[in-house]
Amino acid sequence: MLVRSIWSGLAAQTSNGLAHGSTSIFAPAGTPAHSIFSLSMLVLSITAGIFLVVGGLLVYVVIRYRHRPGDTNSAQEPPQIYGSTQIELSWTVIPILIVVMLFLATARIIMATQNAPKPAAALDVTVIGHQFWWEYRYPKLGIVTANELHIPISDPAHPTPTYLTMSSADTDHSFWVPRLAGKMDLIPNRVNTMWIDPQTAGLYLGQCAQYCGTQHALMLLRVYADTPADFAAWVAHQQHPAIQDPAAAEGLAVFQHNACISCHTVAGTAATGTFGPDLTHLASRDTIASGSVPLTPANVRAFVENPAHFKPGVLMPPMHLNDHDLDAITAYLMTLK
Amino acid sequence: MATQAPVNATLEQTAPRRLWLEVLHDWVTTVDHKKIGLMYIGYALVFLLIAGFEAILIRIQLAIPNNTFVSPQVFNQLFTMHGTTMVFFVGMPILFGFGNYLIPLMIGARDMAFPRLNAFSFWISAFGGLLLYFSYFGANGLYGAGSAPDVGWFAYAPLTARVFSPGHSTDYWTLAVLLTGVGTIGTSVNIVATTLCMRCPGMTLSRLPLLVWLYLTTSGLAFVTISPLTAAQIMLMLDRYVGSHFFDTQAGGSAILWMHFFWIFGHPEVYILVLPAFAFANEIIPVFSRKAIFGYPAMVAASVGIGFISLSVWAHHMFTVGMTAGANTFFVLSTMAISVPTGIKIFNWLATLWGGKIHFTASMMFAIGFLFQFLIAGLTGIMLSVAPFDWQLGGSYFLIAHFHYVLVGAILFMIFSAFYYWYPKITGRMLNEKLGKWHFWIFLIGFHLTFDFMHVAGILGMPRRIYTYEADRGWMIWNMIVSSGAFFQTIGTLIFVYNLIWSYFKGPIAGPDPWDAWTLEWSTTSPPPAYNFAVTPTVESRRPLWDLKHPEDPDSHYE
Amino acid sequence: MSEAAAVTPNTAEPWVLPSRGIVGMACLIVAEAAIFIIFIVAYLYYLGKSLTGPTPHDVLELPIFTSICLLSSSATVHFAVAALHRAQRTATSLWLAATVLLGGIFLGGTAHEWYHLIVYDHLTIRTNLFGTTFYSLVGLHASHVIVGLIMLTLSLLFSVTGNLTSKHTNRLEVLSLYWHFVDAVWVVVFTVVYVLGR
Repeated sequence: MLVRSIWSGLAAQTSNGLAHGSTSIFAPAGTPAHSIFSLSMLVLSITAGIFLVVGGLLVYVVIRYRHRPGDTNSAQEPPQIYGSTQIELSWTVIPILIVVMLFLATARIIMATQNAPKPAAALDVTVIGHQFWWEYRYPKLGIVTANELHIPISDPAHPTPTYLTMSSADTDHSFWVPRLAGKMDLIPNRVNTMWIDPQTAGLYLGQCAQYCGTQHALMLLRVYADTPADFAAWVAHQQHPAIQDPAAAEGLAVFQHNACISCHTVAGTAATGTFGPDLTHLASRDTIASGSVPLTPANVRAFVENPAHFKPGVLMPPMHLNDHDLDAITAYLMTLK
Repeated sequence: MATQAPVNATLEQTAPRRLWLEVLHDWVTTVDHKKIGLMYIGYALVFLLIAGFEAILIRIQLAIPNNTFVSPQVFNQLFTMHGTTMVFFVGMPILFGFGNYLIPLMIGARDMAFPRLNAFSFWISAFGGLLLYFSYFGANGLYGAGSAPDVGWFAYAPLTARVFSPGHSTDYWTLAVLLTGVGTIGTSVNIVATTLCMRCPGMTLSRLPLLVWLYLTTSGLAFVTISPLTAAQIMLMLDRYVGSHFFDTQAGGSAILWMHFFWIFGHPEVYILVLPAFAFANEIIPVFSRKAIFGYPAMVAASVGIGFISLSVWAHHMFTVGMTAGANTFFVLSTMAISVPTGIKIFNWLATLWGGKIHFTASMMFAIGFLFQFLIAGLTGIMLSVAPFDWQLGGSYFLIAHFHYVLVGAILFMIFSAFYYWYPKITGRMLNEKLGKWHFWIFLIGFHLTFDFMHVAGILGMPRRIYTYEADRGWMIWNMIVSSGAFFQTIGTLIFVYNLIWSYFKGPIAGPDPWDAWTLEWSTTSPPPAYNFAVTPTVESRRPLWDLKHPEDPDSHYE
Repeated sequence: MSEAAAVTPNTAEPWVLPSRGIVGMACLIVAEAAIFIIFIVAYLYYLGKSLTGPTPHDVLELPIFTSICLLSSSATVHFAVAALHRAQRTATSLWLAATVLLGGIFLGGTAHEWYHLIVYDHLTIRTNLFGTTFYSLVGLHASHVIVGLIMLTLSLLFSVTGNLTSKHTNRLEVLSLYWHFVDAVWVVVFTVVYVLGR
């Protein structure tokens, strides 16, 4: 276990940093992240400059003025200098000027990001944070899904950003996909907004960034930036109610006769619970358990049998199903494409 | 202390050995500021080791992805306890302990203004610490959901509500911190009253040692800082037990209100922690540079200014909660503004070193480490003050690296420096310099291994307070390096503890003034007698002992 | 703050420093004021935000009489200190008794008001945001009044039994400072809760 972890970690290290796993804030892929990146370069160069000057002076002073016992006058006290108004004024005024300059640059980016006008072609998504999963609603498209967010890429010439309206159903959470934008908190009884506009298709990773309870660490974010065609296909698919596969009827019966329906929704069936993620198109996703476990029949079965196996402290209780029912329900869930 | 077997008859007059029960009774009932100060310091050292152990467990868990060294529940308790312990039961007591010990000595007074309040403050704070750790044993509330608190050291609402935190773990956190807050206010009252009302003749405020000025500022800050936390905790307790709705979002309450109240406390709190570190630097750096502090009036003004400005910056901890652009902008400005007086202090220290004759004692080495590291910490602080940059870096390991750079790299380094400087005064013996240098270098290596590379993990997108992480994010190598540093820091700290104990029995006798220093505490014996000064001193300048040693060129001619 | 720079102990100018008790109480007052300010901020923040239940306008009446009593007690305690300074034991006892009485009336009035709110208006601390912030703020103030009254009663007892003399003037003055603070807080609470908030 230990060896496997180290090995997979090292393997990920050596692969291309911008591939699948990267969440570096210095690899921006959208406008908010880009403008933060530019500002950060300015800040870093100023602070690097200050560091070199002041740090350099410190190193110089410590070497130059060290007490050398062998020197003449080593026993005498050095001249006592109590202060100098001129020098002190200069190192008050210069920092003030630096601060003013940095402040103005910062204020400009704050205004640009927070007060950005919303283009008509923007996509609206409502994000609700839960312990420990993400609920996504597309109000104008009639779609409800969970944990994997699909959005269209945005062409800078004709921008189609995604505007996220965010709140929480329980504790505080935070939506952070570093390559796309800075983080924004999801707070109960409060609505926050942010926008993202990836310009290259691909999968962007992130995770909850505000401690929300036991399984905060595995409340992962997966943002799929789709080409317009792919996005339209995804929308069309999601708008359909759940696939009713007669071969999985037994599993559907198990699902409906147990407590599953009190927490989960499967559109077009009797399951209309909202405490847990919407499962209508579960099998069309790549992962389960908020992005932390790949979607495979074995994993789905194991999760339903005992969710705490993957996420100790998760709010879904073990369902205490026998093997037969577990197989049936797994087969059913895998048909929910 | 009278139970010491006299090794040198000139150290102090020989006293008969006392029963250990008598000694214990003496310490438990004492109102002497020196003993109380030492109890604070000893207490803090014990908790330093405990909280450090908690950090080691955290670092082992995070060294590799998907680790199962500790469960998520235990991990969440570990970071909560580590943070709460370090801030309230290590930082505060050790700093107020030094203040308690030194302030009356430095102003020529016999004791603090309110000795019984002093003792009360210590014991109530001590009880708070014990209460917090009792949660590991007690607090088995319903469904075994008790045990140590796991809500993070700033305990955001509504995670702390009864429904999300059943059992009593959160209550242990709330009550323990509340009690220690009462102790802090008591000690602060004492420090202000002592400083204003018990100075020896001739010691005008403009001749006050800078350490005392800084503790005065710290204490003033404490009055308006601890109280908001106390108020918020009363509100939290009412919510949890009486059904009130202060932070109950279902009843229209606001989670953000807790954040505001907490950070109105929380930010000035870190200045309460750092100002005493500045206080030590202001005394130690001049002595080992053999020069007066450069720009005393500016240092006073900067320190008091930092105290005031620190009250206006709190929402830079809330840049990501969705405040308006105007609010965010205001807090950017106030936070950047505080860098000006802080920079002034760094420059003044540099100027003190300039043209001096620097003696690299263990104490001074830690002070120079402080200067260098505090500079870096301040610069990463400037980065975080840029709100859009904070939208990325806040809540990540970059932030953790920044504040540990301040807490460990600046404050703890200055605390070590203060130990090496004042241990001779407190015990009458010198700490071993060779061990001190080993301590310094090993700890320095460990500190930089851990906290330099921790910045990278944050830049790569690693948020804080996660018990594990995905293998494909590229975070493992950085976490391994960070964890390896913990090992070195542990060794360094253990060397230090050994030094403290060994030197008490075997260290060379210090005499009253081993460092050839200039403030009043060095004019009495080491350790000082119970009454501090046989004759109340009279002073005519900021460095009374300099005047005595250099009668041809006293400070009073110049300032 | 009166102090003089004495060069040697033999200089004519005395080295005078402020009273410890006054400085200590001033610090405590600053700290307590900060606690009250937070509760007042909470009250103001939640004004009009209750989702249900009685509003301030519905149930609150201006407590004029009890407020006059409390504020007058500041005057009586001031006279008590002045009397003690002049070593007039009977006057001191009478003024202290008046202070305790006036404070007691205020407290009784608060109790009566709360009884009415709870039993007839069905407003408790858990009813809504107004209930939460009202009871906590007024209750915090009332608890400070209680502490003050206990201390004042003790002083009265010491005065009546002849143990309070003019050399204790400074201590009684420190206590009176606390009492003035309690009254000043009431002025703010009264304005915020009963005037602005209704």
